[in-house]
Amino acid sequence: MVHSNSIFFEKYNVTLRDLEAYLSEALSRGGDYADLYFEYRINHSIVLEEQIIKSATKGVNIGVGVRVISGGKTGYAYSDDLNRENILKAARTAAFIANASAAGGSLRVPTPLNQERNLYPIPIYLAELGIAEKISLLQQSDDAARAYDRRIKQVQASYVDETKHILIVTSDGRATWDLQPLVRLNVMCIAEENGQRQSGYQGGGGRGVLDVFTGDLDPHALARESARQAILQLRAIDAPAGPMEVVLGPGWPGILLHEAIGHGLEADFNRKKTSAFAGLIGQKVGSELCTVVDDGTIPFRRGSLNMDDEGNPTHRTVLIEKGVLQGYLQDRLSSKLMKAPLTGNGRRQSYDHIPMPRMTNTFMMSGDSAPEDIIKSVEKGLYAVHFGGGQVDITSGKFVFTASEAYLIENGQITAPVKGATLIGDGPTVLRQVTAVGNDLELDQGVGICGKEGQTIPVSVGLPTIKIREITVGGTEK
Amino acid sequence: MIQSLQDIAQHVVDRVKNSGATAADVMIREDDTFSVTVRMAEIETLKEAISRNLMLRVFIGKRTATSHTSDISGAVVDRLVDETVEMARLTSEDESGGLPEPGFFQGHFPDLNLFDPSWERLTPDERISLAVRTEKAAFETDKAVTNSEGASFEYARSRVALANTIGFGGEYAGTSAAVVCVPIAESKGSMQRDYWMSAGRHQRQIETPEEIGRKAADRAIRRLGARKIPTCQVPIVFDPLCARSLLGHIFEAVAGSAIYRRSSFLVDRIGETVASPYVTVVDDARMPGGLGSSPFDDEGTQTQTTPIIEGGVLLNYLQSAYTARKLQSRPTGNGSRAASGVVTIGPTNFYLKAGLYGADEIIRSVKGGLYIVELIGFGVNTVTGDYSRGAVGMWIENGEFKYPVQEVTIAGNLNEMLKNIEMVGNDVTFVGSIAAPTLKIGKMVISGA
Repeated sequence: MVHSNSIFFEKYNVTLRDLEAYLSEALSRGGDYADLYFEYRINHSIVLEEQIIKSATKGVNIGVGVRVISGGKTGYAYSDDLNRENILKAARTAAFIANASAAGGSLRVPTPLNQERNLYPIPIYLAELGIAEKISLLQQSDDAARAYDRRIKQVQASYVDETKHILIVTSDGRATWDLQPLVRLNVMCIAEENGQRQSGYQGGGGRGVLDVFTGDLDPHALARESARQAILQLRAIDAPAGPMEVVLGPGWPGILLHEAIGHGLEADFNRKKTSAFAGLIGQKVGSELCTVVDDGTIPFRRGSLNMDDEGNPTHRTVLIEKGVLQGYLQDRLSSKLMKAPLTGNGRRQSYDHIPMPRMTNTFMMSGDSAPEDIIKSVEKGLYAVHFGGGQVDITSGKFVFTASEAYLIENGQITAPVKGATLIGDGPTVLRQVTAVGNDLELDQGVGICGKEGQTIPVSVGLPTIKIREITVGGTEK
Repeated sequence: MIQSLQDIAQHVVDRVKNSGATAADVMIREDDTFSVTVRMAEIETLKEAISRNLMLRVFIGKRTATSHTSDISGAVVDRLVDETVEMARLTSEDESGGLPEPGFFQGHFPDLNLFDPSWERLTPDERISLAVRTEKAAFETDKAVTNSEGASFEYARSRVALANTIGFGGEYAGTSAAVVCVPIAESKGSMQRDYWMSAGRHQRQIETPEEIGRKAADRAIRRLGARKIPTCQVPIVFDPLCARSLLGHIFEAVAGSAIYRRSSFLVDRIGETVASPYVTVVDDARMPGGLGSSPFDDEGTQTQTTPIIEGGVLLNYLQSAYTARKLQSRPTGNGSRAASGVVTIGPTNFYLKAGLYGADEIIRSVKGGLYIVELIGFGVNTVTGDYSRGAVGMWIENGEFKYPVQEVTIAGNLNEMLKNIEMVGNDVTFVGSIAAPTLKIGKMVISGA
């Protein structure tokens, strides 16, 4: 389906004259720049638990965010509907940030720009699909998880989708729009044996419709993987404590890059010099084996966008090339204040939030090593393949990420599975410890949720198999 | 004339009655919010808006579906009602489904002192100056404070209304505000950030900007020069904000939803000793002026004070109408509606009751151990109780702080950690609906160098 025009023009009768009036109100106290973010979002979610469909939910969110920038200051207000008076009121409120006596920015009449590319063309709106097909994905998951092993006692499967129409109109004369689909399927299993309980989790999705659930993302495959993890944990031993050589498997362990590197390279933290990476551009922060990229242009990926939430096209941005720090992830405000080019990383959770620099799909490029050789080269270490969440203190640079599936490596062999443990390291130095990079780059399966200052957005991460000389493993076995 | 939210909710309920549903409830939440962030003495962001969310739940017999919308205009809601009823036809029969039984509603609501009208008398400039003064106080504490992620003031005036098809209707209003300060201290080219905040429903519950700024600065400064320490097993003291996260894990483990799913380390353990005798935990929805207080829960059920752990013995789980039916128990007034409209279990004022000791006495009792000031990461498994998180803290030697510590983890299992709580502080600190005092745990493994 080609969206040659915005739903806000076609269905909601928003006119260019309205947009001009809103922006003019927003700049009425002398702001330098203003933009409008129209959003119409429909969500569905369905939950299966105890083998029945327990809930089905639909959400409709519609609103407009008005932002006014004056120097480094941002004024923001929004309306929960498309009522003209309410939008004008929001524009007046946001305008308040500017000092009325200052000379303001000029207003150029917005010109609608057609989208040049579509990274996620879809044959049908998710909102138009009946729920029977979606329910079937959940039932298949439940069947497959229970069939995997008799010790699987609980299966909770959930399906969520989102259809998001946005229209962004700026006082420098641009009007751009996008239709962003997003689907996800999650399967959580509880295994029980001799009074011991363990859980497993697997999910997948992307920017598409139900046809994304094939191959590794087939509901049977997701369910079996979730069940496998829960069963495996029944025989996991306590994790070791202390510094160790660590091998990270491909795909989702890329959360390491997201926490250790990515957040620290978001431009706002560097403009304010609150990041441990501030002032390190051009310097060596990693081994030559490491090239790290943020790429918002990969078709159908969870973190991809045709344009960011300020209406600028997304890019492929090299953050680290052969160990040398190249640049930051920019939004409009930071790029202006830092006089740096835009990278298309201005993102926001929804119309009631102010955009800021965020990641899209962040990953390390493949190297030369065969993954099995990397494991063979480790005498004593940890092999971590599946992770829960992670977090970073961007100021001290310390980051954590929590392994949910990991094994000991002894004399080059993968041996006992170990219980979940948090790994902790130092962002600006961890990539210097990378001693091998595999030839097997994988992106995660499409479940990443990134939180920053109270706003959550979908992202992806990726990694080839890598070896880290030393990182602290937070288990209990000394 | 302005329609009350309850009238709108009642109107939607009446509309649902004519659409084929056998029962339904509607909740509307309205937040009138103001927030300002000040950084380096300049306003960075100023945000103001009124947001609404209408949440609808319908039943057709034992089948259910939910929906929500930010647009509460008639046409959108009308269509959503029909679509929600249509969805409900396609979900499964669930024996435990349905509205709460009529006996759990209350006709008369107590005044819990949730609203402070004096906030409305503050001009925008006065509100902004709260943030300005807070950050200024942080900078004036010490010249080691060189930078800032800003100080903010946030205020919300909220209204909640609920109506259902079996005659319940209610509405309440509340105010809440928070002042947060995030300074950065610098020494020898390395930076440390920390924060302090104060929150409450009433102006008098909130610390002065000067106190907040100074505390935040002191917390950031004392982290300068932090180092990694060798792996060891020692006593651990949690400051009240970190201890609060432990209470969060206990809350997750006693939520009725985790119990019927058997995804909690506290399943099947009512009546057992699960913590040390110094541990008493309650969920008290009726605390006057409490951030988590409310006269009725998000299903209309009367709220109450529920003892969770008393002297180390587990007494109750927290229930919604649904989980209570599943577990043959009574609702405890903890039905909580996510923005999506789905009812889950939420805490009201869920806290560990104050003990006998001042924080300084607890620190003095430690020969060699770690005082935790920040925890990061998600390494807590409430199914098994396994616990492993990144930590920042102060090394204690012979009862005194020696030096700051970072890039370490602390690990254990919540079962043992709760039983090893040796001392409980008298300094319960509320910055949200979950709270705790300073806590000392006999021993945990620190993983470091």
